[in-house]
Amino acid sequence: MKTVTDGKKAERRLGLWLCAPAALVMVAVTAYPIIYSVWLSLQRYDLRFPAEREFVGIENYVTVLTNSYWWSAFGVTTLITVISVAIELVLGMALALVMHRTLVARGLIRTVALIPYGIVTVVAAFSWRYAWDDNTGYLAQLFAPDAAPLTQRASALGIIILAEVWKTVPFMALLLMAGLALVPEDLLKAASMDGAGPWQRFTKVMLPVMKPAILVALLFRTLDAFRIFDNIFVLTSGAQQTGSVSMQTYNNLIRGLNLGIGSTMSVLIFIAVAAIAFLFVKVFGAAAPGNDGGKR
Amino acid sequence: MIASPLVAACGSDSGGITVNVYYSTEENFDKVVANCNAAAAGRYTIALNVLPRGADDQREQMVRRLAAGDTDMDVLGLDVTWVAEFAEAGWISEWTGQDKADVEDGTLAGPLATAKWEDKLYAAPKNTNVQLLWYRSDLVPTPPKSWGEMLEQAQRLKAEGKPGGILMTGAQYEGLVVQFATLTAGAGGKILSDDSTRAVVDDGAVKALEALRDLANSPAASPSLSNAKEDNIRQEFESGKSAAFQLNWPFVYASMAKSNPDLAKVFKWAPYPAIDPSKTGTATLGGFNLAISSYSQHKPEAFEAAKCLRSAENQKYSAINSGVPPTIESVYDDPEMAQPYPMRDAILDELKNPAVRPITPAYQNVSTLISTILSPPGAIDPKATAARLRTELQDALDSKGVLP
Repeated sequence: MKTVTDGKKAERRLGLWLCAPAALVMVAVTAYPIIYSVWLSLQRYDLRFPAEREFVGIENYVTVLTNSYWWSAFGVTTLITVISVAIELVLGMALALVMHRTLVARGLIRTVALIPYGIVTVVAAFSWRYAWDDNTGYLAQLFAPDAAPLTQRASALGIIILAEVWKTVPFMALLLMAGLALVPEDLLKAASMDGAGPWQRFTKVMLPVMKPAILVALLFRTLDAFRIFDNIFVLTSGAQQTGSVSMQTYNNLIRGLNLGIGSTMSVLIFIAVAAIAFLFVKVFGAAAPGNDGGKR
Repeated sequence: MIASPLVAACGSDSGGITVNVYYSTEENFDKVVANCNAAAAGRYTIALNVLPRGADDQREQMVRRLAAGDTDMDVLGLDVTWVAEFAEAGWISEWTGQDKADVEDGTLAGPLATAKWEDKLYAAPKNTNVQLLWYRSDLVPTPPKSWGEMLEQAQRLKAEGKPGGILMTGAQYEGLVVQFATLTAGAGGKILSDDSTRAVVDDGAVKALEALRDLANSPAASPSLSNAKEDNIRQEFESGKSAAFQLNWPFVYASMAKSNPDLAKVFKWAPYPAIDPSKTGTATLGGFNLAISSYSQHKPEAFEAAKCLRSAENQKYSAINSGVPPTIESVYDDPEMAQPYPMRDAILDELKNPAVRPITPAYQNVSTLISTILSPPGAIDPKATAARLRTELQDALDSKGVLP
């Protein structure tokens, strides 16, 4: 520690000064709202009963965590997250390989593959909703002519996952393609010289080299998927127990005007998302973006 | 964005006072506004701001802005179930003195009750609404007097291979709550206590749950019952293929005349069938009330504008041109109403014997819970469902519970 020279110190101080404006903005736009919602979550605060506002400690947390609606929404969110991210990983990897190996019209193919990701989620969700409408939807008439798929819990969840997967596979593929670019051609050629078939080259060479990219992609998508809101909002509005935790927070906070309970839920979602990130970074060793230079 | 400079321009012409009215989509309401602007003779100008179509979206927009103390809203078009909530939160002004007397004069008791909270008047009933039983007189010679009779008639028609379906708003939303409230009242039951502090859900409510379940599991029910809203069942009935009955608001009448004139000739109406035949004709009130925002900068003008928008003359105009039932009794007797509004007597009868939905500031929570717990109607287990309603509604009333 003593070896830090005066010059280095001054440089570090300058660095901190240069960071300060950005850090201040971050505090203003992220830290303050987070702290404020923690503060709200410790109060009984319903906009419709302004006179009854009081500090209640962790009572809201007890209410939410012992409530069956919350756990049902939590289960739905976890289910959607796990299934959709798993499917996205497989399809995204396939799409990334295709895009990576394309010989002709590479730019065009990559652009076309990215179109679903470029469409506004709400717009895409509406087109899925109309496609599955039991009277006019072409997909509903094709696959389930006598049923109303969006009104049954299982099929509605399936459609929500389908919409999520369709929308974000290109994003997944893009992240994985960045990982694929890291696999040295020489390594693959050497492996095939040693007699490794295509599948072996994929599992024994490409996947290990790509692991950091895969983990980052999974981390991003899991965090995103856990906060799913717009697709559910448009497709089912959370009817037949298809609501996610974000949907439920919206219902309590914006529709129900219950700032106390609603903030409690958003704090709980924040904790869940932080736990997911912690799990990925500490347990699976995902490198934080921008931090992975040292390993290679 | 295009309208705002125009509005500003109008405002400056008339000495600068603009009364902003926020109201849901209603055909020809702009003409009513124009009438009132003419009547104001330049003292103020009413600017009509149309709210989104969905009731939840309307409420959300107003609630968000009121919670932030927005001073740009003057007159608010509130669904009858929102008055208590807005009043308790202190967002709308009480009607007093001459304004109050003017509103109470000649207004039907049922709609007036929806505009009050804790015995104070907080809004002026603009239009009301009741559901009727609509049926096809070519298939049903005499309309059923009770819920049970309706199910029997429908099943008999089905068995004969004729269109015998019963269409009801069974999706998980307010429409299902309206059916439940109507059936409960029609069985002499209660959902909440009279002062709306306790969840009662008595035997009458259990009978209503049985009735909903029986319909949902009957061959007469439409396959999309658990997803059907007002407009879906209107369209299904108008197609003439499957249904003999529909439980719906009077807007279906004008629509039928336009879209299927042949079927319109046999499209008849009857009082809403109750479980207890002696209570048939009891129906849940819908409609809109006009309230004045507490944050309005032009309250005297806003009260005056609201009174004009709901005047007897304008209510008659809206009834004839937009099909919305008036709240002032004398309008029903107007001879000009007879031809375009033939079901006026049936509506007036129901209005005199209304089932008002629970009046509570926590109505949104109560309604969300009821529609969640009752959905899908085919899965109702009357006794158990009633017990669940009782505990969860009590939590909602105490604003303790979590909304689904």
